[in-house]
Amino acid sequence: MTGEPRATGAFQERVVGVGSGAGAVAPRELATEDMVLNIGPQHPSTHGVLRLRLTLDGERIIGAEPIIGYMHRGAEKLFEVRDYRQIIVLANRHDWLSAFANELGVVIAVERMLGMEVPQRAVWARTLLAELNRVLNHLMFLGSYPLELGAITPVFYAFNERETLQHVMEEISGGRMHYMFNRVGGLKEDLPLGWLDRAAAAVADVRRRLPDIEALIAGNEIFLARTVGVGALSPETIMQYGVSGPIARASGVDFDLRRDEPYLAYGELPVRVVTRTAGDCHARFEVLLDQVKASLDLADACLERMRDLPPGPINQRLPKILKAPEGHTYAWTESPLGINGYYLVSRGEKTPWRLKLRSASFNNVQVLRELLPGNLVADMIAILGSMFFVVGDIDK
Amino acid sequence: MAEVLDVALRLIVIVVVFLALPLVVGQMEHKAMAHMQSRLGPMYAGGFHGWAQLIADGVKFVQKEDVIPAAADRRVFALAPAVALVPYLVVLVVIPVGPGLFGVDLDAGLFFVLAVMGVGVLGAIMAGWASGNKYSVLGGMRAAAQLVSYELPLVLAASSVAMAAGTLSLNGIVEQWRWWWLPWQAVGAVVFFVAGLAELRRPPFDMPIAESEIIMGPMTEYTGLRFALFMLAEYAGIVVLSALTTVLFLGGWHGPLLPGPVWTLLKVLALAFVVIWVRVSYPRLREDQLQKLAWVGLVPLALLQLALTGVVKLIAA
Repeated sequence: MTGEPRATGAFQERVVGVGSGAGAVAPRELATEDMVLNIGPQHPSTHGVLRLRLTLDGERIIGAEPIIGYMHRGAEKLFEVRDYRQIIVLANRHDWLSAFANELGVVIAVERMLGMEVPQRAVWARTLLAELNRVLNHLMFLGSYPLELGAITPVFYAFNERETLQHVMEEISGGRMHYMFNRVGGLKEDLPLGWLDRAAAAVADVRRRLPDIEALIAGNEIFLARTVGVGALSPETIMQYGVSGPIARASGVDFDLRRDEPYLAYGELPVRVVTRTAGDCHARFEVLLDQVKASLDLADACLERMRDLPPGPINQRLPKILKAPEGHTYAWTESPLGINGYYLVSRGEKTPWRLKLRSASFNNVQVLRELLPGNLVADMIAILGSMFFVVGDIDK
Repeated sequence: MAEVLDVALRLIVIVVVFLALPLVVGQMEHKAMAHMQSRLGPMYAGGFHGWAQLIADGVKFVQKEDVIPAAADRRVFALAPAVALVPYLVVLVVIPVGPGLFGVDLDAGLFFVLAVMGVGVLGAIMAGWASGNKYSVLGGMRAAAQLVSYELPLVLAASSVAMAAGTLSLNGIVEQWRWWWLPWQAVGAVVFFVAGLAELRRPPFDMPIAESEIIMGPMTEYTGLRFALFMLAEYAGIVVLSALTTVLFLGGWHGPLLPGPVWTLLKVLALAFVVIWVRVSYPRLREDQLQKLAWVGLVPLALLQLALTGVVKLIAA
């Protein structure tokens, strides 16, 4: 087992098997050898098929390289051969935890190209559903992150809450993950009678039970020991890599499109932007936890407002063949994971000429290369989990 | 003839207990954990609340293919599960369950128990090295690193009780035990139990297994019956740790009203429940954090307990 080490890139790879250490000892007197460890593409902590090529000295990481693309589905190319109704179906899939937020960017872009005015009720309903979607997304993190650190119980609590919210989402859209409820010009259908009350009850339930999850994990000494001071990101690095969303805000980058470039009804809402300054794993956890509360407040404000809105349409009548006029636009939204942008170029056809997707996770994971070296394998899991990415959102 | 029969009977009982109690603890874990997490746990196997789930699991494991990776050191790989399991069986031989109810009463019982229990960890290290898998190696290394941190507090805490009782015989320790030992040896009991959890590689000290980090650590490449043996070793370990803590610190069979063996069993199951409870509530420590906990926390506490035991002994004498 002591053949020539194969040179791969800057590192040497050695297959570790029985007795492989013996060869290294003889000539260099107890020199240790680096080991290349592939985390993924199949690994319980990568939430899909992200692959990290780690170079390890013992358990200390000395090199990390995220290798992406195992789940590339060519979404951008597929957009080009689908009309704007069909694109929504595709677009809501790249980040499967925030389907509603993904749909939103597409319809906003097309509406902007068409110069279409969206009915008030649709604007408020979209805002409400986007916030509920954000809560659903963050609850997944509040469950899965402790799980990666070895606490197995919070995930069940988080999923109970997700179930509560998914129930009301399912009632209006029929979907539990991929809602397909946005249409160009509004929403698919009007909200059923009494749904606002049921949604308000669900929001109240989640708010009431959220402290259970918090009490279970947030103050736990081991949890603090594993996260505080681990994987700190500086605001400069955030800027260099284009990291956005909760991860950026945990490092003190106070940027939130909902407040800084309001779309939908956010301009009329008191958007509380949650920030922390530490930039470590714990700060990221705190931001995501606090954002759930902020989003529940926003959802309540939307519900309040929707009760007072006069009756009216919730969508626009569309022509049989929907064509965006020639031109281009960039619509970006504050997706739960960060900035989600669509650059739409149309040549007046019924399909876009180009629809570029700027997804949050793609930028967010690139920073791992800087963040991981110097940490232990155990910390790598803490950092990886706290970066909260969705592999579909990376690979598109 | 009667002597041989006596020994044979004792050994048979011990083997039966060794096979049955881990399953009881395993089933308790299934159900207690499930209810703590607003689930039901197994409900179908055997009809009544899934009581036969672990038996069904065992049948499943037996049917599975026994895969040995090509890169593995076959002999060590095959031997490792036995090395992990057998020490716990041997330990059970000397644990007294009631007055006069034990396999063998060794004069140096405590010494024997601590020495033999340490062997079990070798199973994990062997499995980690022999699997020919990087995750397994990391897990094996972690298990070895863990060994350094918990052995000392474990031995120190146990020796405090031996000092108090003036004997190394487990049977003798329980006979000497009085209720006021409970507050007197409380610190030692906690240290012993925590260090024991680390020895068993149970949460929050399950870094060698850490399925979210290194898949399953040393057990990554194991399948079928060999994997089942590792799992059995884990639960047998819980039984042994709970039994030892019971015998050393909780007075073994002492207790009002109920007969002695029942008290022992109750105490063991209660401690096993605590082991499960801790698993449900805590995240996982990092290896260096365990070492810090051991050297900065557990060892000084154990030494303090030793000093306290000595002082009280002197004053009482």
